[in-house]
Amino acid sequence: MKAHGTVHKYGDNVDTDVIIPARYLNSSDPAELAKSCMEDIDKDFVKRVKPGDIMVARKNFGCGSSREHAPIAIKASGISCVIAETFARIFYRNSINIGLPIIECPEAAEAIEAGDEVEIDFDSGIIYDVTKGTQYKGQAFPPFMQEIIKSEGLINYINSKN
Amino acid sequence: MGMTMTQKILAAHAGLDSVQAGQLIEADLDLVLGNDVTTPVAIHEMEKFNKKEVFDKTKIALVMDHFTPNKDIKSAEHCKCVRQFSAANEIKNFFDVGSMGIEHALLPEKGLIVAGETCIGADSHTCTYGALGAFSTGVGSTDMAAGMVTGKAWFKVPSAIKFNIVGEKAPYISGKDVILHIIGMIGVDGALYKSMEFVGDGIKNLTMDDRFTIANMAIEAGAKNGIFPVDELTEEYIKEHSDKPYTKYEADADAEYDEEYTIDLSTLKPTVAFPHLPENTKTIDEVGDIKIDQVVIGSCTNGRISDMRIAAEIIKGRKVADGVRVIVIPGTQAVYLQCIKEGLMTIFVEAGAVVSTPTCGPCLGGHMGVMAAGERAVSTTNRNFVGRMGHVDSEVYLASPAVAAASAITGKISSPAELGL
Repeated sequence: MKAHGTVHKYGDNVDTDVIIPARYLNSSDPAELAKSCMEDIDKDFVKRVKPGDIMVARKNFGCGSSREHAPIAIKASGISCVIAETFARIFYRNSINIGLPIIECPEAAEAIEAGDEVEIDFDSGIIYDVTKGTQYKGQAFPPFMQEIIKSEGLINYINSKN
Repeated sequence: MGMTMTQKILAAHAGLDSVQAGQLIEADLDLVLGNDVTTPVAIHEMEKFNKKEVFDKTKIALVMDHFTPNKDIKSAEHCKCVRQFSAANEIKNFFDVGSMGIEHALLPEKGLIVAGETCIGADSHTCTYGALGAFSTGVGSTDMAAGMVTGKAWFKVPSAIKFNIVGEKAPYISGKDVILHIIGMIGVDGALYKSMEFVGDGIKNLTMDDRFTIANMAIEAGAKNGIFPVDELTEEYIKEHSDKPYTKYEADADAEYDEEYTIDLSTLKPTVAFPHLPENTKTIDEVGDIKIDQVVIGSCTNGRISDMRIAAEIIKGRKVADGVRVIVIPGTQAVYLQCIKEGLMTIFVEAGAVVSTPTCGPCLGGHMGVMAAGERAVSTTNRNFVGRMGHVDSEVYLASPAVAAASAITGKISSPAELGL
C-alpha cells in the first residue's frame, strides 16, 4: 500500500477542536465534516486539498477531545496519511480504528515542508520526499495494529476473528 | 519487577498475573460510556458488526449532555438516535434531559464506577474516574462500539509518572490549581501515552472533588489516565454512592516510574492557564490586568457541589461587574437541587449571574455561552484551545471556581484576595 501527494504542514499541538470545531459536531456525516476540516487554523485547507494529499505536523497531533469526527474529517477530506513527530493517544487509536494511516517520524515531521511532494510505502515505513530527494524511515506498527490497519479498521478486524 | 496501580488493574482485567509497560493486552470492561456527540457515531459503527447485541445492558452508560437540552434540529436527531438505541437494547443507564448531568460528574455520583474497575468512554475526560482508584480512559466512537459489543478493549500497557503530593493547601486553593500547576510544569504532552499516578501524604488533604478535578485534566497533559490510591475518603464516597463491590490496588514498592515529581500543596497559588493551551499557566500574581467579558463556572472539571459552594461564598452579597456575563452550570440534577436547598441559586441570581440546567454547553462552544470575536472568558472548564468557546478570535482563561467567582465581581482576572477574602 502506498500514498503519494502534496504536503499540508502544521506545527505543534494541533488539537481536535481546530481539526473539526465542536460547532460542527451536530453532524456525523463524513462528507459534511470534511467541509469544515482544519477551518479554524487553515481556512483554505478544504479548497487546497486534493485526494491523496499528505498532512505533516510536529508534536502531539490530535490532542484534546476524543471526537472520532477529527480523523473521520481528515480522511474524508482526501488525506491519505498523517505524519507527525508524536500523536495524542486517543487520536492515534481512533486513526487506526477507522483506517486512517498515520506514521510517527520525528525527522520527517521536522524536515518536510508545505507543498513538498511525498511518497509513502506503508509496508516498509519509508517516507520519500520527492521534492527534496530525501528519505526517512517511520516507526513500524506492532503486528497487532498492522492487522487492524490491513483489515481497514477495528470492526472488520473483530469480525474476521469471530 | 513491580507494577504500578494502573498496571495491576489492567493485569487483573486481562486475566494475567503481571503486565509490563508497552505490552499489548485485551482487557475486560466494567463500564462503557458515550454521550450525545460520540454515541451516534458508535451506533452507526455497531451496525457493521456481525454480532449486533450489546455485551451487557447494565454496563453501558449513555449520557445526553453536550448539546442538551437540544440546541438545534441536528443535535435533537442525535439524541433521538441514542434514545431509540437505548430503548431497543434496554440500556439500563440511559440519562436523558431530567435525569442527565455532565457525564463525569454524573457517573461517580450514580455509583456506576468504583475502585479497581476498568472503564472506557467516548469522551476524553473519562479519565476523571481515576479519582476513585479505577482505570478509566477516553477513546473514540469505534472503540466504544467494539466495547459495547465485546465488553473488551485493547490497550498498550502504559508506563507512569509519579506525583508525590505533600503538604496542605491554602484557603481558596483547589484541585484545579494543583492540576494546572502540574500541566504548566510538564506540558500538554508531558504525560503522553502514560499514567499519572498521584501518591503521598498530602492526598488526605485533597477532597474527593479536588481529586475528580485533578484526574479529569490528566488528558490535558496527554495522559492515558490519572489515578489516585484508595483511602478512607474514597471508600466513604463509594459506599455512599454505590452498592457495587470494589477492589483496592496499590502500586508495588518497586514499581518503575519514568519520572517522579513532588508537589507541595502549601506552595501553590491560584493558577490560570492563558490562551491557547492549558500549559500556558501563570500564578495569579503574574497575571496582570486582564479584563473579561464572560465567566463560566461549571463543567465536568468543576461543576460539583463544592465548586458551587466556593463560588457562592465569594459571590454572596456582591454584584457581578458591569459588562460581565456570568454563567453558572451545576454539573448534575443532584448538584442543582442541592444548590437550591442551600440557597446558592438565590446568591447567584441576586448577584446578576444566570444559572443553567446541567450541560457541557459553553465548554466546547456548543451553546449556553458561545463567545463573539475579541471576547474573553475566565472559565472553570478544561480547554482553552483556539475557538474552543466560540469565535476563533475569542479567548479562554482556565481557572478555579474561586478565581472565576472573584473575577466575576471585579471584571478582570482576580483572586479572592482582591475582594479582601
